[in-house]
Amino acid sequence: MTFGMTINACAADTAAVQPKRVLMAKISLIVNGNPVNANIDPRTLLVQFLRENLRLTGTHVGCDTSQCGACVVHLDGKAVKSCTTLAVMADGHEVRTIEGLAADGAPLHPMQEAFREHHGLQCGFCTPGMIMTAVDLVNRKGHDLSDDVIREELEGNLCRCTGYQNIVTSIAAGAKAMAKSA
Amino acid sequence: MYEFKYHRPATVRQAANLLVKNEDAKVIAGGHTLVPVMKQRLASPPHLVDLSHIEGLNAIEMKGRSLVIGATATHADVANSATVREAIPALAELASGIGDPAVRHKGTIGGSLANNDPTADYPAAVLALGATIVTNKRRLKAEEFFQGLFSTALENDEIITRVMFPLPKKAAYIKFRNQASRYALVGVFVARRPSDVRVAVTGAGSDGVFRATAFEEALKKRFSHKVLEGISASPEGLNSDLHGSAEYRAHLIGVLTRRAVEAATAK
Ligand SMILES: Cc1cc2nc3c(=O)[nH]c(=O)nc-3n(C[C@H](O)[C@H](O)[C@H](O)COP(=O)(O)OP(=O)(O)OC[C@H]3O[C@@H](n4cnc5c(N)ncnc54)[C@H](O)[C@@H]3O)c2cc1C
Ligand code: FES
Ligand code: FES
Repeated sequence: MTFGMTINACAADTAAVQPKRVLMAKISLIVNGNPVNANIDPRTLLVQFLRENLRLTGTHVGCDTSQCGACVVHLDGKAVKSCTTLAVMADGHEVRTIEGLAADGAPLHPMQEAFREHHGLQCGFCTPGMIMTAVDLVNRKGHDLSDDVIREELEGNLCRCTGYQNIVTSIAAGAKAMAKSA
Repeated sequence: MYEFKYHRPATVRQAANLLVKNEDAKVIAGGHTLVPVMKQRLASPPHLVDLSHIEGLNAIEMKGRSLVIGATATHADVANSATVREAIPALAELASGIGDPAVRHKGTIGGSLANNDPTADYPAAVLALGATIVTNKRRLKAEEFFQGLFSTALENDEIITRVMFPLPKKAAYIKFRNQASRYALVGVFVARRPSDVRVAVTGAGSDGVFRATAFEEALKKRFSHKVLEGISASPEGLNSDLHGSAEYRAHLIGVLTRRAVEAATAK
């Protein structure tokens, strides 16, 4: 509240009609293997930065309140909710999004392929987050995952379509396939 | 979200100076409480001081007979730490049950304690184990640190640097999750310490985390779930909301304390 007032006071001091002054921040990070530099408003959420600045629209916003997991990306190799992470906090770090799992035109990542094969999606809205969460899970817990473990680990990912059954099947199969491709 | 200036100090001292210099500045660690609150415009700090890049502030180590956890250690760090698993396995289990995997990769012990959410898990562990909260200015006993709903003894320019947990003989935490939010509807941490027994309850109290002294007295005589038969918690001072009545929460305190004692003795 106090800050909004300071801004107005600044504007009044300098010129009669001035666009609102924004405190910009320079960031440089690696996104899907490529270095990225940008000058952003520190309020920018990581998901906004990915979707709006970099046009990587595979990462979705479902709830915007850290509940649904549609926005999950990897930050330094770990799954995080990008709707609850400030882009400035990712400065100097490495981000991987669903677009970074397999190059355009190349064969799908084994986890993506497993979702396709086992009908792990219907509308597909939750799928990028599900897959990024699943790949993180395999990185942490290995290739032999019980249904119970998968369900427990999907605590932070919601799907309104599938009833989860095929998502669980897909992840179990994708985890095994990742062992072969590794 | 309102505008703010972002600062990334390299040391606690720099962070503290930024807090002193900039009125209403706030520290941010994992951001998993503060960012949502700022999005809702319930907080609008003009300066954010990011603690997450201060080297060593997330260290986990044994110092003498205490387990020392750095303020920016994430829930995942604590859950996976071999040191924590050996020293106080109940604490690692507690951390592995916070939120979901993505939340655990960001949320920190310091942030959780500074926030003192009445349904958070860590406050129960800190109170039951009799931990000491170390800041850039002083050391605070758990009892003095927690001061009711979302409030603590921390001053505006005070930063938690680490938490020191004396080792218990036995301990266990049992959380009864709210079906929607997965926070604790009620959570009970039982610690059999060299000198006494402590039972700390989160999720239930309308004034935040508290100790269930009637259970503690009984357990001091004999540390067995059997001695708890016939002892019940009073619904007075407990929360009543759409998730559960005060009576239901009081009932859960009894059930979870028995289960926690059983779990602690089974270890
Ligand atoms: C979907 C979801 C589910 C969750 N589930 C649970 C759950 O089941 N149980 C649970 O206990 N919690 C849960 N949480 C909360 C989570 O654990 C938070 O991450 C944690 O409470 C706050 O830690 P943080 O590092 O993110 O703090 P931040 O959001 O960075 O900060 C929170 C507050 O603490 C202050 N602060 C941070 N670090 C320090 C410090 N070192 N010294 C002084 N002040 C400091 C900040 O200024 C701010 O006011 C959940 C959160 C989400 C989003
Ligand atoms: S959009 Fe981030 S968790 Fe739903
Ligand atoms: S497939 Fe539609 S939300 Fe999951």
